[in-house]
Amino acid sequence: MAIQQKKKNVVIVGLGWTGSIVGLELAREGYDVLAIERGHDRNIVPNWSYPTTADELKYALRLEEMEKLSNTTVTIRRSLSDTALPYRQLGSFLIGTGVGGCGAHWNCQTWRAHPEEFHLRSYVEKTFGEQIIPEDMTIQDWGVSYNELEPYYDFFEKVAGVAGEAGNIKGHKTGEGNPFEAWRSNTYPMPGGGVTYHGKLFAQAAKSLGYHPFAFPAAIATQSYTNPYGMQMGPCNYCGYCERFGCLNYSKGSPQMCVLAAAKRHKNFQYITRSEVLRIEKSANGETVSGVTYIDPEGREIFQPADMVVLASFQMNNVRLLLHSALGQPYNPQTNEGVIGRNYAYQINVGSATAFFKDKNFNPFIGTGANCMALDDFATNRIDFAKEGFIGGVRIDCNQTNGQPNRSLPLPTGTPAWGAGWKQAIGDWYGRNLGLGLHGSCMSYRDAYLDLDPTYKDKYGRPLMRMTFNWHENDIKLAQFGSARQEEIVKALNPDSYNLRRMQDNEPYDATAYQTTHTVGGAIMGENPQNSALNRYLQHWDYHNLFVPGANAYPQNLEQNPTGTVGALTYWMVAAIKNNYLKNPRPLV
Amino acid sequence: MRFLLKLIFWLVILGIIAVLAIILVPAHRSRPIAQLPENYQSAEGRGQYMAIMADCAACHTGNSAQPFAGGKPIDSPFGKIYASNITPGKRYGIGNYSLEDFSAALRDGLRPDGSHLYPAMPYDSYRKLTDEDIVALYDYFMHNVQPVEQPVQKTALVFPFNQRWGIRLWNWLVLRPETGFTPPYNNAKLDRGAYIVEGPGHCGACHTPRDIIFRQKGFDASSPLYLTGSAVGGWSAPDLRGANSALAGWTDDDLKFYLTTGRNHYSSAAGPMNFAIRESLQYLKSEDIDAIVAYLQHIQTKAGPQQPVRDAGSTIAMLTKAEPSMPLGARLYLDNCGACHFVNGLGAPEVFPRLDGAAIVNAEDAAGLIYVILQGSRLPSTALRPEDLAMPGFAWRLSDEEVSELVNFLRTAWTNNAAPVTAEKVAKIRAQPYVD
Repeated sequence: MAIQQKKKNVVIVGLGWTGSIVGLELAREGYDVLAIERGHDRNIVPNWSYPTTADELKYALRLEEMEKLSNTTVTIRRSLSDTALPYRQLGSFLIGTGVGGCGAHWNCQTWRAHPEEFHLRSYVEKTFGEQIIPEDMTIQDWGVSYNELEPYYDFFEKVAGVAGEAGNIKGHKTGEGNPFEAWRSNTYPMPGGGVTYHGKLFAQAAKSLGYHPFAFPAAIATQSYTNPYGMQMGPCNYCGYCERFGCLNYSKGSPQMCVLAAAKRHKNFQYITRSEVLRIEKSANGETVSGVTYIDPEGREIFQPADMVVLASFQMNNVRLLLHSALGQPYNPQTNEGVIGRNYAYQINVGSATAFFKDKNFNPFIGTGANCMALDDFATNRIDFAKEGFIGGVRIDCNQTNGQPNRSLPLPTGTPAWGAGWKQAIGDWYGRNLGLGLHGSCMSYRDAYLDLDPTYKDKYGRPLMRMTFNWHENDIKLAQFGSARQEEIVKALNPDSYNLRRMQDNEPYDATAYQTTHTVGGAIMGENPQNSALNRYLQHWDYHNLFVPGANAYPQNLEQNPTGTVGALTYWMVAAIKNNYLKNPRPLV
Repeated sequence: MRFLLKLIFWLVILGIIAVLAIILVPAHRSRPIAQLPENYQSAEGRGQYMAIMADCAACHTGNSAQPFAGGKPIDSPFGKIYASNITPGKRYGIGNYSLEDFSAALRDGLRPDGSHLYPAMPYDSYRKLTDEDIVALYDYFMHNVQPVEQPVQKTALVFPFNQRWGIRLWNWLVLRPETGFTPPYNNAKLDRGAYIVEGPGHCGACHTPRDIIFRQKGFDASSPLYLTGSAVGGWSAPDLRGANSALAGWTDDDLKFYLTTGRNHYSSAAGPMNFAIRESLQYLKSEDIDAIVAYLQHIQTKAGPQQPVRDAGSTIAMLTKAEPSMPLGARLYLDNCGACHFVNGLGAPEVFPRLDGAAIVNAEDAAGLIYVILQGSRLPSTALRPEDLAMPGFAWRLSDEEVSELVNFLRTAWTNNAAPVTAEKVAKIRAQPYVD
């Protein structure tokens, strides 16, 4: 029999970006809030103290800040007829854990989506005709528009401390930044920090081809900064330890640096760690949830009743907890019915170019997660889908994030993989290359979905999450389109040599290789309870006191990094909860 | 000869009588609390507010679960003094104190039995408390504080400091005859500021130099040395008035921001000042902080010889060049400090404090700087700036020799100009870490 705790107004599952934001905002309103985090508590000092966090082996290779796959992993298969197996090594997405969640170890690249991406199906049907959408492609409209989200993008950018140059302020093209970005009400809260030599070369080459390169926005402080909660960030020193590391310098926007200390000042905000939620419990009335059951650090099962539950864990865990709790009908790819697990999507990142220059030194150890020039000339709303034969957009970029010896030693094709020749090449080429990346949208399909594995279980005896996903023709065409643009730019750079990694026809998805890490969908928002799990306010269609913020809500993946849009959606949801739901709890749609 | 012997005999007798009198005749209390109007009631919350302003908890709360139950050891130059239990417990606390007993403790350093409190209790400053504030404090401690019936460890200083009667002589020399506060400025804001700083805030206890008998050199701005800097437990309590005032160049807003958040454009509070802001100053009303600021600005004298201005450029050039042959201290700075404080030593406003020109770097006693390097420092979370920004400690990474090299670099870097320290000093500090 589970121990029963005293009832709370709000229980939050997971204390990353979304959970922290909800926790602070509802604590400010006076509600009794409890956040339950499965990982450890973390703070800048001591967890990410200078200089101990600058340890590539510990954090980037052994993934110290991530969930251990021996605790929980995912089983993966590529098609409905395959048998999924549990993975012991993941690269294409890394499951965060601990206070701060993935907001602790991200690269801080903070983008907005293009307006058309929020009503993608309508846009495609209207602009190009329904016939160009393949029969098994299940793309949908989100149920929320860019104009509705704009104020919340703006606020999240202020909270997270985003630095960059605006390209379009209320329709006025500034001549800086991204000329193709959607309108924004304000410039970024901090000016951009500039990019290093690699970016200047990339920009020259891109401009010579008629493209529009710009230094892209990131939640990395370029000066002393105080956000709307009074939380502070300090200027970045370009140490090159962003991705997979907690920031040692108070420079990366994270729940720790932007939200949590402000939340902790409220006595009605509490959080517990090393406590894993097993399931969300339903009320007898069938219309609401009654709280959550979790395992505490002593291994006791505890029921925490609540008036309202916010499921704010990692995208995949949100879907998994909904399935474990039988909240909503699981998706069935045979009948295309059911909503939980539906429309899983990944992101296109396969395709890169590395250019080698004998006479240039890039000092690659000077970097940030977003020390990057990019171009958005091939945005979703700028591509003729009918002509190109795919739906989606792709960004080409040139980022210098770090000069770490294990992860950042590219060598020209044909270099020996070991021995004296390899050593010689390392000496010759370290710091003498730059890399181009691509980053593109990913559509959703009937046979790309999440469900519970029939065989494999976690340490609590719960079925593991099973992912069924493979690249589709649309993805491969989009990636190849991006690679062709990359190659044009690399040639314009006129290097001594270059390597190209291009997605092959029929290339299968490989979950062990690093790609974008941006995994989305499975509990999506939408206009219709038949094909979405959540309404436009991220409220569960069937259980109105359950809200599920996160990238799980994306009906298909965006062209850009997800965190900006996750932040905007979270504030949009919080506004609906504060201004509408809590006064009269009910389905908001 | 006989006469001389006789004289000596009588003088000795007289001396013994005098000493016995000092020991045995009850000490005299200052005037009683003035007659307050019938049915006088302290305003709601005034006592608690005064307890925060006087920072009673700083010493008297050893365990946060038992506010004011005492037991916290206070380091003094004469040994550890254990703060008493001031909860209204009747056995171990002050539950049996009358208002006059309470007043005598605050103003005269006397217990109800006439014995003396150690002057670690700043009754020399609290002597200025108004009758109204003493009544408010008394009401608060008697009615709003939970009694804790728990004894505290007995203070046991070495001879002669364990002879509490000796404090009577000290009190004769130190305590001014008047009690309470006479507003000197004919300006409500300045008077309020003077009252808080000189009285309950007891700022002078740390910031005013002391003489050979450990007496503060002044208790108000009429004394030229008042608030001109001292040291407490190795931490510099910088000059707040003179030519090298730590407040030089600070605007009113800078000072207010520092007192309420522990940080500002230039500096971050460490050590005992960090504690004072965390436990006391951040909770003061905005208008009281304004009064403190007005008073501190008003009493600036800019007196004394000014430090010669040095050129920061050569240090910046050396650090920017980063030649392998640079001195060890400079290299250690680049490897350990430069990421946040930068080659110009200016840090970043409100986040990374300045080291160029900083009081803690240039203090006569470098102990505070060494504590921070070894142990790190964490700002308090405050209403305006909730983030508890922290610097990590480097004790695990730097040897005593390296810390001394780094400190000696810092104390002559940029425009800084202070004397070197030895590795032995660092070793001593490492062996006895700072506890606030």
